[in-house]
Amino acid sequence: MSRIENRFSILRQAGRKALIPFITAGDPTPEVTVPLLHELVAAGADLLELGVPFSDPMADGPVIQRASERALAHGVSLHDVLDMVTAFRASDADTPVILMGYLNPIEVFGYQVFASAAAAAGVDGILTVDAPPEEAAPLAEALHGVGIDPIFLLAPTSGPERIERICALASGFVYYVSTKGVTGAASLDLAEIAAKLDQIRAVTRLPLGVGFGISDAERAATLAQVADAVIVGSALVRQIEVYPDDPRAAMAAMTELLGSMRTAIDAAAPQAVEA
Amino acid sequence: MAIESAAPNMASEPAPLPDANGHFGPYGGMFVAETLMGPLAELRAAYEHFVSDPEFQAEFDTDLADYVGRPSPLYLAERWSRELGGARIYLKREDLNHTGAHKINNTIGQALLAKRMGKTRIIAETGAGQHGVASATVAARLGLECVVYMGAEDIERQKQNVYRMQLLGARVVSVESGSKTLKDALNEAMRDWVTNVDDTFYIIGTVAGPHPYPAMVRDFQTVIGRETRRQFLEREGRLPDALVACVGGGSNAIGLFHPFLADTSVELHGVEAAGDGLDTGRHAAPLCAGRPGVLHGNRTYLMEDDDGQIIATHSISAGLDYPGVGPEHAWLKDSGRATYVAVDDSQALAAFHTLTRTEGIIPALESSHALAYAAELAPRLGSGKALVVNLSGRGDKDIHTVATHEGMAL
Ligand SMILES: Cc1ncc(COP(=O)(O)O)c(C=O)c1O
Repeated sequence: MSRIENRFSILRQAGRKALIPFITAGDPTPEVTVPLLHELVAAGADLLELGVPFSDPMADGPVIQRASERALAHGVSLHDVLDMVTAFRASDADTPVILMGYLNPIEVFGYQVFASAAAAAGVDGILTVDAPPEEAAPLAEALHGVGIDPIFLLAPTSGPERIERICALASGFVYYVSTKGVTGAASLDLAEIAAKLDQIRAVTRLPLGVGFGISDAERAATLAQVADAVIVGSALVRQIEVYPDDPRAAMAAMTELLGSMRTAIDAAAPQAVEA
Repeated sequence: MAIESAAPNMASEPAPLPDANGHFGPYGGMFVAETLMGPLAELRAAYEHFVSDPEFQAEFDTDLADYVGRPSPLYLAERWSRELGGARIYLKREDLNHTGAHKINNTIGQALLAKRMGKTRIIAETGAGQHGVASATVAARLGLECVVYMGAEDIERQKQNVYRMQLLGARVVSVESGSKTLKDALNEAMRDWVTNVDDTFYIIGTVAGPHPYPAMVRDFQTVIGRETRRQFLEREGRLPDALVACVGGGSNAIGLFHPFLADTSVELHGVEAAGDGLDTGRHAAPLCAGRPGVLHGNRTYLMEDDDGQIIATHSISAGLDYPGVGPEHAWLKDSGRATYVAVDDSQALAAFHTLTRTEGIIPALESSHALAYAAELAPRLGSGKALVVNLSGRGDKDIHTVATHEGMAL
């Protein structure tokens, strides 16, 4: 059983919902990332999403774009990101780590070489934003070969056929993009999200995560009622810009925000335990 | 005749490219976030429907004739050819099109499609501003809202075109992210599209982006090559020996080349921007000095570093200042059907002046790259031969850049 599968199964038995923070590796500096990952776990993260900086983050809003730019200013590469995961794993053997990024750095690395290196570093899932199933089969195969889950997106614009196709190729969990837009977008239609999640549940037993635009504890708790996991990115990363000269203060603000989401999600969760 | 994607008179036609998922061999494809896959499918379906709809084609042809001013002339540059002392050089006069470049052929086609799809808002990216102007122009004509994304650096060097777009009623959004040039404008337009897919049509200005854009833009631009073929046959009773076009994203080049792909006697030469020189690293020549990767929805040759990050490009011509290139060019390069070379800033500037002085035609700096290579090629081909250069645009927009480069304040 993969670390992701295992984590979701434990949560399910406990009647809890997963909270998944996203940070960009190397933002604001490379030294901050590993300690920050540990602190996020301490603050209530069940899984971790680590953004791989890219020069052209087409699907990201301004907050995560700037995070990428800050990391790239320090020359953070995909190799460096894998080193960070290795360092994190040295003292956390259980929390699943998912890399989220764009395809080109992996193309340059080479699919097979990358898959092996990522597995050796202790990476559990890979989400390549710009590799839909039409293009992702060779990479997904390489990842499956080393026991890494390829994580796929579903969106409000995904019709029934695509939902089936993507769920068939995905493992670990399915990432539902809450809204038409980029990361950090503002408006969420809860009823629409719930309806779409029902539609997806009809074709897969994989856990469903929801992300994009979850900015506060209240929204996190509301979404946790209908999803298996809540993913929070821009709201956390924004704290780094609130304290541009004080990474310690930014980290404290990030863990505090995540902690408040954890509390709100747990308080709102139905206590009934599913089989 | 209209927007068929393959050239007429082909004897043994190879399987048409791209395939159903937009692949030209290993290149092309649809590398976008899931949210855009539905809208791309919708666009593909609409395009496939209308491309074979005689009414759509008739409207497209009429607009090209009455609004753009097509066919554009095929002009024999006699004096310049004589001075060079080799092959006769013909110029395909896309600079005489309404708005001054080939870009309008494509925006007319896409805007007609947008209208039929019921979209009320048009967005576009632009580098030199030519595609932005062409988009703002068709939007004004059809009464559509228009937003143009333009890198902050390009806004600085193409102020006149910014104002032209504003006069036409478009909103020009300055893109401050990344390298603040064309690639970042494209990122920003994609972000707008993913956010506003319901009412918005994204008019991409070149043969890049995810499928179906490279094929669709090509099909709208092949009017250049089809006219050239017919005009040249009428004039010379045979086909040209070579075609030369500049390559930014590659739309004017593919528009000229495509109807000649099966005519293997016709050499195809694409000319990229060598900027300060290929060996300086400061250039915009992914086919000549880059390697394959994935950017902006397709796999193609890119300018990137060893970590797969896209690197800054440089060219005196904003319209060629792009780190990628249309996937069909990547395919034509690998297959050997077309050859790609690069011309640096100073060679392009020299050609700019030469054509202006010898023929009384001020070419765009983009097109000047093609002219510079033609000036090398013509003597090499020798007299008795003939080549066609795509004069993709006029140089009025570049007067300021040239003057500044030469230390003159206008
Ligand atoms: C006059 C002219 N020629 C060429 C280009 C390059 O584009 P493409 O390679 O798509 O023809 C541009 C782009 O702005 C242009 O304005």
